[in-house]
Amino acid sequence: MIEAQLPVLQILIPLLAAPICIFLRHPVATWALATGVSWVCLAIAITLLQQVLASGEIIYEIGGWAAPWGIEYRIDLLGAWVLVIVTAIGAVVMPYAKLSAEKEIDRDRLYIFYAMMLLCETGLLGITVTGDAFNLFVFLEISSLSTYVLISMGSDRRGLTAAYRYLIMGTIGATFYIIGVGLMYMMTGSLNIADLARLVPEVSQTRTIEAALAFLTVGLAIKLALFPLHFWLPNAYAFAPSVVTVFLAATATKVAVYAFVRIIFTVFGAINILHDVAIHDVLATLAICAMLAGSAVAIYQDNIKRMLAYSSLAQIGYMILGLSLNSDAGVSAGLVHLFNHAMMKGALFMVMGCVVYKIGSAKLQDMAGLGKRMPLTMAAFVLAGLSLIGVPLTVGFVSKWALIQAVLEKDGWWPIAGLIVISSLMAVIYVWRVVEVAYFQTPANGNLEKDEAPMSMVLPMYVLVGASIYFGIDGTTALEIAGDAARALAGGHE
Amino acid sequence: MEFPGIVIYWIIVALMMAGLYIVIAQNNLVKKIVGLNVFQVSVFLLYITMGKVSGGTAPILTDGTQLYSNPLPHVLILTAIVVGVATTSLGLALIVRINEAYGTIEDDEILEQESDS
Repeated sequence: MIEAQLPVLQILIPLLAAPICIFLRHPVATWALATGVSWVCLAIAITLLQQVLASGEIIYEIGGWAAPWGIEYRIDLLGAWVLVIVTAIGAVVMPYAKLSAEKEIDRDRLYIFYAMMLLCETGLLGITVTGDAFNLFVFLEISSLSTYVLISMGSDRRGLTAAYRYLIMGTIGATFYIIGVGLMYMMTGSLNIADLARLVPEVSQTRTIEAALAFLTVGLAIKLALFPLHFWLPNAYAFAPSVVTVFLAATATKVAVYAFVRIIFTVFGAINILHDVAIHDVLATLAICAMLAGSAVAIYQDNIKRMLAYSSLAQIGYMILGLSLNSDAGVSAGLVHLFNHAMMKGALFMVMGCVVYKIGSAKLQDMAGLGKRMPLTMAAFVLAGLSLIGVPLTVGFVSKWALIQAVLEKDGWWPIAGLIVISSLMAVIYVWRVVEVAYFQTPANGNLEKDEAPMSMVLPMYVLVGASIYFGIDGTTALEIAGDAARALAGGHE
Repeated sequence: MEFPGIVIYWIIVALMMAGLYIVIAQNNLVKKIVGLNVFQVSVFLLYITMGKVSGGTAPILTDGTQLYSNPLPHVLILTAIVVGVATTSLGLALIVRINEAYGTIEDDEILEQESDS
């Protein structure tokens, strides 16, 4: 019987573990609990993915109240897949978190850190499983509020202002989202996503629904940091504790992209909104600006965490470009990139976490000679960096190849393929800057003694690097799942 | 639709824009939070307004009434109010910490200090 309850356990276990952390207080005990919970979550997510692959969509009615009156959890292939991504990152980050967090966060506040990590994971998983548009808002706020706390825990005081600015932007984004949901409710009388998908087409020609779509798009674009609504992101990533950055970069924006996909393709899928309204061109334009501007600004950053944050903006551009193509190939390329980027950016930020752990700085000039001092860590940076650029045999290549193919499928869009290549070449420049300093420069004090980061941090990092190579060589599994998910989404408007 | 249409919507939009303007234009971090609250409250009003059924009474079972207003938006807004309170308190807590770290809660002075460091 327990199998039938898995969708709700996926949320409840981390949700209940968070207050237990507050009661436990002991840093090691809370860490052990959080790690255990994150592994249980991963096991549940994998089981759910297998169930979905075997027998299709899972629908779970909370409290036995049938939708659309009750809240239902609805897990389709895309949802199950995002669950696996988020929980897998959580399961890899938690073991890594112990030493890194002890170094960067006050010891007497560590239990709050683990509680917030669990709450953040709860929120992200909740967004993914819920089938109710208002419930999605609640989970969005659970994850956002815990994220603000996590960002403010960094040792740098700029973390505080970054958290505050994100709080302002995030709240505006979430409020825009509920305005949109409210306007849809006004016209349809329903909050259930599947129900909305059925009811919205009848009233789609009204000004109210058009306004709702505008609010939803802008609100979620703030959350997923689409250019030009990204200003909260670079400082938030740069000044948050390293572990937090790893977790957020690999999951938070991905889940926001997922929520965006749910709204655009599921709720508005039946009227094929990307095709009918100019939103299609707007999204593609913004995505291309994000790709170019993000990569270009990344080249000039001295703080490498900040550089990677700008690179994330460019990568979000790739995902949104794929979605805005509105073809099976395009959407599946965007979704594959979502998965791939989680692995490589997670690995890269873990490298920076190790560097900060050892040398206490994420500045480029302090990284001189690290190729000799921390050979394993910097080798991971090179491998994940190659993936970021999109070199063959890495995941970055798989998703960029899929994206370029999807772009070329569209008549007259071939110049955009050129822009993707240009953006990738800019990635070569910013990755090379780090490699050059780390391998070919000697530090001012001439210290080249080997001083590797501890194994509990190196191993999780190599799990992600290994995954990004494995899925780069054997990209078919991820591509197939993304392709099936994209076709299921497109099924709405055929 | 004839002008001015439903008056309460004009009030809501005016509040919404005023709140958003305060968030953008104010330099003081606390005032920004106030603006954010005005903005959120306008959305609460939007929800509560749409629950009204003309001629309907409060959704409480009594003899002799057939027509009730829709209670669901009210319930949703209870949730949203809780979220709003949590956001406000967290924002104010952050301002206290910012004040400790920077000695000011004026946005331009904070930016000045950040560009120096």
